[in-house]
Amino acid sequence: MDLQLLARFNAARSGRKPAILVTEIGSGAQRLVAPSDIADADPLAAELRARLRSGKSGLIALEGGGQAFLTVSVPPPRIVLIGAVHISQALVPMARIAGFDVTVIDPRTAFATSERFPDGTLLAEWPSDVLEQLSLDPYTALAALTHDPKIDDVPLTAALSAGCFYVGALGSRKTHGKRRERLQEAGVTPAAFEAIDAPIGADIGAASPAEIAVAVLANIIAALRKGPELKGEGGRP
Amino acid sequence: MQQDAIRADADPLALAESWTREGRRVALATVIETWGSAPRPVGAHLVIDAEGNFEGSVSGGCVEGAVVAEAAEVIETGRPAMLEFGVADETAWRVGLSCGGRIRVYVEPVAQPA
Repeated sequence: MDLQLLARFNAARSGRKPAILVTEIGSGAQRLVAPSDIADADPLAAELRARLRSGKSGLIALEGGGQAFLTVSVPPPRIVLIGAVHISQALVPMARIAGFDVTVIDPRTAFATSERFPDGTLLAEWPSDVLEQLSLDPYTALAALTHDPKIDDVPLTAALSAGCFYVGALGSRKTHGKRRERLQEAGVTPAAFEAIDAPIGADIGAASPAEIAVAVLANIIAALRKGPELKGEGGRP
Repeated sequence: MQQDAIRADADPLALAESWTREGRRVALATVIETWGSAPRPVGAHLVIDAEGNFEGSVSGGCVEGAVVAEAAEVIETGRPAMLEFGVADETAWRVGLSCGGRIRVYVEPVAQPA
């Protein structure tokens, strides 16, 4: 393996950028593929895209005979919760058990305390002040749980434009209707808005904050494992 | 978010890069195929230098010794090698993939910087 190639692969990995190292077995020829490099004409395009979604490395057959090994690196999935609310208190430990890295953001210091959130990363900041640090990406899920537009709207818009694999927002249909008007005024397309999971969570009749947390986590996992086809008519942005 | 960061002290790919930059001659082994109950998944790496130092794992300890020995050859010749271990193979059985699985390991040299 060429050192420069290895260095580029490692830089992608540490920077939460997905990448695939393609190694032809036999010749040993290698190339590094980023999602934006995948041309439709590439005979491996479908395979490479599927691998970027699954994150699984593996051996594949090449068209002209022979095999290639795909070393697939995708960032570990993580969840960003807007709102250090009661639902988040239940959701953080559940999400960590399920293997997600979790960050909770809430500028209200009465909510965002380490007593209420002993696990995970807690940022007592306005979302707009920490968006850059978060660098939302397609391997991030974001759930906005405050129903306060001042806190929720900016990260929701950012999550949609970053292509987060899941974007959910708490609130009644009426609240969500008002949200539609505000976000569309802010430039969110109707199709992108439809991708928001709202009313939030799997339809299991969740009543308590902890049950809502289960419902939200279920839809996050479904979005991660089942991909865009799970979503309703809007699909993912 | 801490677990997102790649820990250079535990990550074979990061080590393959840093060892090579230090001037060490390095090979990288990758599990490319498994059958049955293989102890490490496809994509697992082991990094080895010419002195026989290694980090990472391709089998949880069963066949590392054989891979490290083969890596010396790969570093010497500069040519990749394919290794297969499993119960079907007497030699491989002796080196100990006793879990009953079979694995195929690709070993490649990391090119020195020009």
